[in-house]
Amino acid sequence: MKIKKAFATMFVTFASVLLVAGCSSSDDNANKDGKKTVEFMHLWPEGSSKQHNKIVSDIIMDFEEENPDVKIDLEVLSNEQYKDKLKVLSTSNELPDVGMTWAAGFLEPYVNGDKFATLDDILEEDLKDSFVSGTAEAYEIDGDTYGLPLELNIATVFYNKAIFDEYDLKEPETFEELEKVVKTLNDNGVAPIALGNKDRWTGSLWYMYLADRIGGVEVLNNAIDRSGSFEDPALIEAAEKVQNLVDMDAFVKGFNGLSDEEAKSMFMSEQAAMYLIATWDLPNYTTNEDVPQEFRDSVDYFNFPTVDDKGDMNSFVGGPGVGLFVAEDSDVKDEAKDFASFFVQEWGEKSVTDAGVIPATKVDGESLDLPQMYVDVLDDLNAASNITLFADVQMSADVAQVHLDMIQSLFGEDSTPEDFAKEHEDALSTEE
Amino acid sequence: MNKVMSNKWIIALYVLPGLLLISVLIFIPLILSAYYGLMKWDGIGAMEFIGLENYINAIQDAKFWESAFHSFLLALFSTLSLVIYLAISIILASKIKGSDILRKIYLIPMLLSSVAIAQLWIKIFNPSNGMLNSILLGLGVENPPAWLAEPSIVLYAIFIPILWQYAGFYILIYYAALKNIPESLIEAARIDGATPFQIAYKIKLPLIMGVVKVTIVLAIVGSLKYFDLIYVMTGGGPNGASEVMASYMYKLAFASNDFGYGSAIGFLLLIITLIVTVIVRKATATKEEIQY
Repeated sequence: MKIKKAFATMFVTFASVLLVAGCSSSDDNANKDGKKTVEFMHLWPEGSSKQHNKIVSDIIMDFEEENPDVKIDLEVLSNEQYKDKLKVLSTSNELPDVGMTWAAGFLEPYVNGDKFATLDDILEEDLKDSFVSGTAEAYEIDGDTYGLPLELNIATVFYNKAIFDEYDLKEPETFEELEKVVKTLNDNGVAPIALGNKDRWTGSLWYMYLADRIGGVEVLNNAIDRSGSFEDPALIEAAEKVQNLVDMDAFVKGFNGLSDEEAKSMFMSEQAAMYLIATWDLPNYTTNEDVPQEFRDSVDYFNFPTVDDKGDMNSFVGGPGVGLFVAEDSDVKDEAKDFASFFVQEWGEKSVTDAGVIPATKVDGESLDLPQMYVDVLDDLNAASNITLFADVQMSADVAQVHLDMIQSLFGEDSTPEDFAKEHEDALSTEE
Repeated sequence: MNKVMSNKWIIALYVLPGLLLISVLIFIPLILSAYYGLMKWDGIGAMEFIGLENYINAIQDAKFWESAFHSFLLALFSTLSLVIYLAISIILASKIKGSDILRKIYLIPMLLSSVAIAQLWIKIFNPSNGMLNSILLGLGVENPPAWLAEPSIVLYAIFIPILWQYAGFYILIYYAALKNIPESLIEAARIDGATPFQIAYKIKLPLIMGVVKVTIVLAIVGSLKYFDLIYVMTGGGPNGASEVMASYMYKLAFASNDFGYGSAIGFLLLIITLIVTVIVRKATATKEEIQY
């Protein structure tokens, strides 16, 4: 009997120890050997973003070599999981010292909650004048900058030259020409445009471009920042044009149930002729060795066409993608800032040569041997008259959800263009 | 042993670790989420107390009730499908050839993770290359539907993998219960001239009624809080056509940054599930328990 009692006591003790150990915090930033640990979280897992992932590892290695007393503690998650985890960590005040964030609407609650540190000091010293204008500004709230942009993207329509040649088609420069291309392709049984509208921001790109071409560069921005209205005739007309395209079967079948990945794979397996996506996809059409050379050679891109002779083909939808933040309550803020600054500088070089994506820092295109399409995109960027930030990034999270849901509903023809505009107007005006 | 168990302190000591765990992991978060429901909170910054506003909004929220309706539809279908599982189990439990291997095959979906199942069915449902539409086209159906894109179909299309996912689980439970029925009872019925259908309906079913009731509760509660496949396969879309309560809650808290409102919905979800469970238990309660 005594033995059993002893066992029971032991078990209880053991269980309590486990429980207590589980609750105690384990993040001591100073190791025994005097090394400081900077926690870093990013969203480019090896499986889906091989080149990005490798560059990050290289940068970390270089940084640790130059700063032997600092150790980088890495955590990698994929995009959606990353967003969720970041939110949960910030709720419990355990943000990593350095991590990735998006601009504008995503950033705002973190800044208002004092979670992110201002990075003005880095911007004024190490990184002075190194960013393309407009990129770092997207991370600015009330005059302070809270993120260091890594990427710069513009959305363009990629198309399959082989398919276009087969049916004797040209790059469309007007919406009518685009409609003709769509019609010819449909007549020949080729799906014209790959669109994965389950993810919703993909459809938003189409809408934004139509709004930009029809109403000019300011009308959508004004509707969002409330100096204008979403029930502007141009914004309603853009929604009508979207439904025209849907009526023509311009998009692949069942697009509202397909993810962007599925749409991309349709384009890349030559089942669809066109695909509107941002330039983060450039490597797939230029340097990515996993994609057959033949396909890469047959892809080109054109700027979104004008609509009814309105709009400027050098105006783009796009903007900075992810940027780095430093946590406000980090114990190793100085080291974290050093790392962030180091990261941005090395990223600026390596992302061009190794990944073939466009960094937010200025690129010296002349001195490097770059794929032709990459050079073309750089030229377009230099010639850009305007870059409108992605609508769902501009808006606050709440309104962005309304926007994204309404995009799906507009493309699915569940809402009329007027309802589409009204729902936006309602959501935006309750926020004022 | 009896001496140990008669000591109240020892009992308390034994219960303590489990109680602590369940409190920390379940009860405390539960109370906290009810409390967060009283707040205006984006999940990041400071909280602001707004009383019952979130709960009142939720009750008036058409989107919430629509998602609740979808959840109840799922509960209805899961409960109805139990009849099929029961029939399969009765066939499996009778001595037919290969019942052993069939039982294992039925169980396979349970061994897969939800995300794997979702990926599998996304491929099956793919409107242009999917297995389902390829078969339909082969059979001469013109223009088969885009299963996950059409608001009127999407919900039912997703129900199929959800029901498929759990079929093995219920079949296993029924099978075990049926195997527990003493052979002598069935033998006796057979000697009295009962048909196989009569044996199943009049002897087997009443004897495993207790288990059936449990599975009904499991199916309903499981459906009401269901989340996984919906989240991966459609994310509740297009435009809320396949939204259920749990995915709506998730969307509010994590995508719309409205943790207060999301918590309120979460708490309502708990209350609804609780009420339904009580009703179901009451409705299926019988006074006499059949014994063998």
